[in-house]
Amino acid sequence: MINIFIAILVLGAIAAIFGALLGYASVRYHVEGDPIVEQLDALLPQTQCGQCGYPGCKPYAEAVANGEAINKCAPGGEDTIKKIADLLGVDVEPLDENHEEDTGPKVAFIIEEDCIGCTKCIQACPVDAIIGAAKQMHTIISDECTGCDLCVAPCPVDCIEMRPTPETTQNWQWNLTKIAIKQIN
Amino acid sequence: MESIIHRISQGKFWHFHGGIHPPEQKHLTSAKPIRNLPLPKQLILPLQQHIGRQGDLIVKVGDKVLKGQRLTQSSNAMMVPIHAPTSGTVTAIEKSVIAHPSGLRELCVFIDVDGDDTWRAREICTDYTQLSHQQIIRKIADAGIAGMGGAGFPTQIKVNTKPDINFLIINAAECEPYITADDLLMREHSAAIIDGIKILDQLLNPAFILIGIEDNKPQAIKALQQATLSNEKIHVCILPTKYPSGGEKQLIKLLTGQEVSSGTLPINLGIIVQNVATCFAISDAVINDTPLIRRVVTLTGKALKKPQNVWALLGTPVNYLLEQSGFSNQATARQTSHPQKTTPSVIMGGPMMGFSILNEQVPIVKTSNCILAPSRAEMPSAFDNNNNEVECVRCGQCADVCPSQLLPQELQWSAKAKDHQQLTKLNLFDCIDCGACAYVCPSQIPLVQYYRIAKAEIRQQQLLNVKSEQAKERFEARKLRLEREKIAREEKHKKAAAARKAAMNKKTPEANAAKSAVAAALARVKAKKNVENNNADLPEAINIKQKNNAELDDKAHVKAAVARAKAKRLAKQENIDLPKSATKEQTSETSDSDEKAHVKAAIARAKAKRLAKQENIDSPKTEIKEQTSNTKLKGRQQPAKEQDNTDEKKVSIAAAVAKAKEKAKAKAKTKKTPKTSSQPTNEEAK
Repeated sequence: MINIFIAILVLGAIAAIFGALLGYASVRYHVEGDPIVEQLDALLPQTQCGQCGYPGCKPYAEAVANGEAINKCAPGGEDTIKKIADLLGVDVEPLDENHEEDTGPKVAFIIEEDCIGCTKCIQACPVDAIIGAAKQMHTIISDECTGCDLCVAPCPVDCIEMRPTPETTQNWQWNLTKIAIKQIN
Repeated sequence: MESIIHRISQGKFWHFHGGIHPPEQKHLTSAKPIRNLPLPKQLILPLQQHIGRQGDLIVKVGDKVLKGQRLTQSSNAMMVPIHAPTSGTVTAIEKSVIAHPSGLRELCVFIDVDGDDTWRAREICTDYTQLSHQQIIRKIADAGIAGMGGAGFPTQIKVNTKPDINFLIINAAECEPYITADDLLMREHSAAIIDGIKILDQLLNPAFILIGIEDNKPQAIKALQQATLSNEKIHVCILPTKYPSGGEKQLIKLLTGQEVSSGTLPINLGIIVQNVATCFAISDAVINDTPLIRRVVTLTGKALKKPQNVWALLGTPVNYLLEQSGFSNQATARQTSHPQKTTPSVIMGGPMMGFSILNEQVPIVKTSNCILAPSRAEMPSAFDNNNNEVECVRCGQCADVCPSQLLPQELQWSAKAKDHQQLTKLNLFDCIDCGACAYVCPSQIPLVQYYRIAKAEIRQQQLLNVKSEQAKERFEARKLRLEREKIAREEKHKKAAAARKAAMNKKTPEANAAKSAVAAALARVKAKKNVENNNADLPEAINIKQKNNAELDDKAHVKAAVARAKAKRLAKQENIDLPKSATKEQTSETSDSDEKAHVKAAIARAKAKRLAKQENIDSPKTEIKEQTSNTKLKGRQQPAKEQDNTDEKKVSIAAAVAKAKEKAKAKAKTKKTPKTSSQPTNEEAK
């Protein structure tokens, strides 16, 4: 009888100690926020284009963390979907049919002689990459433009167009089919 | 360190891993002196010929330039200026094909040579030992010297270091087959090279100076030994010939036994490596005040009748050099069985690390040491673009020869799979692009090309990551700004409302005036409501104006009311701005003309746009033309009535309206998917 009592006492004591330890740990090492959102956000291309239906990449990351479909990021394309699927441990899905496949990096361009200075594109730009003021010509800071397309629709005179980013020696990629290996006999 | 010198003096060296012994082919050009070429007719100078950023242009089209005159200046340490290689006229500044494997176009200065070769004023420095460190570095920077071994790193940055330097290593190995440019330079200008080394000695004050040279250049070795007889500090180290002993890290290992670990620079070990040609350029710049405007280029290969080393001005087009050495495209083309598949095979750089140039208009730049025009028999792989690659047989020869001790085979798999993480883990960025792995590969896998592709992709990805990080920051900053502005606006509105109330409740004459104005306005609004509600019986308080209004039709009522409301609003604003202005009548009269004009024009535009949109959506297309022309008329007539609207404004408004209409039309078209055959415009479009 006394043995059983001792056993219960010892086990109870152990349980109490571990319980206290766990309780302390949960307070001491409390994690602020949801780290998965940060990780998802890091995978997204940060064009802030809103094509996914959310106002920016971070909101979409939050939505994905809460169970939104992972295949809504058009600028990220297959690559991003694959990475998100890896992170969340879910199956890779093809890009949502409602979204057009991204056709390479682009940058917005304002045809300056047509601009009437209405500032509508400035309000639409998610990364403040358009300079201008009311009744003054606007222009794009092309280095900061993410190519998100959001400024094209609001323009009342259609003076904004998306142009593919020019190829330079900095962003040029080797093409193996063009270059034969040089080797001497 | 002493032991290292002891070893070196005994002729013992360390070894680096791997390496190959390709046929040297240096005999083609090594026996002939460096030739001075007649001036070409035109020079093409790319603004950027080095690693870093291009300088800012300081000449314009039509400028006469003298030999040695600066064409760009630098406002940044990583900028290296370029100079006019001879006198002439700047005829164009435009994009042209540059010496880069991509064959892309970059900004170049075109100079038409006048043939006089007139120098700008020069200051010859007779005693460089009197110069301070800063003066020497200034001179090197002004002369536009960038490492001439191949990478093109700005020299003034490399030599401007603080820490103690143990070894200054002069790279004279020239290990790549065919190339003899440095060999000839050492033979003919050893004194100038030693001067350059002494200048570097003065700048860096290293413990030892080692010249690393391969044993296949006996004449150059003799010349250097002769020139350094009187100098104890400089050691000429004769290395066994092996490719790539001229690689920076390989040469350091050979001479000092030290390994430059991954991700660090030789400077961390107290070692600086300079190319011999750079030393020559430094002595020319410091002593003769001659900027880097020419270099020795090896023109070689069996497709040339007269392969030789030449002094080429920077900017000389490659086809001019080829002409001078008897290159005939036919000679190579005749030997080919499929002329249509033949690419004119001219390689810039050596056979191992060079790249084929697609356009012979490409100019010589600071880093081009060799132009190789092989015959078909000599280098068949340079002629057909057919890839003879077969599966990897896992023989492991590539790993045996890799001088960086990487795993080329593993790298190849990862490169093909585009597994960037794994590539970085396998230290892809320690690959020096030497091509030894591809040279020995029995399956003819172009290994080094795969690595180049992968490296470019990873760099691009890193750039994109940086950019997306910036975009994220800007997005967050914008969100914060919008939030801030919203709060600020609300507060401002609250304050303004409070201020208005306070002003009203004060018992000053102005407040009373404002009060009475508000009361009058309220009364008029009430009266108007009465007019609209009971058209028949009018209250007695209404004045004559409103009686007149009652006689007009409904539309006129509304219009007049709108006009008055506007006038009132204006008057109020004016009252707040100028508290002393007494009556609202005066202000409304003065501001009426121009303000009204603006407002009317704006209303007209908005109306036109709205009308155009509505009509386009509900009416068939045949009517659109009529109505749009009507609205156009309206839009034009109304602003035309206003006396002082300038013509320019009208035109721009009209254009804007027209554009808006077009847009609306396009939208309407896309909305109307069912198309009938009775629409001629659609048929035309088809």
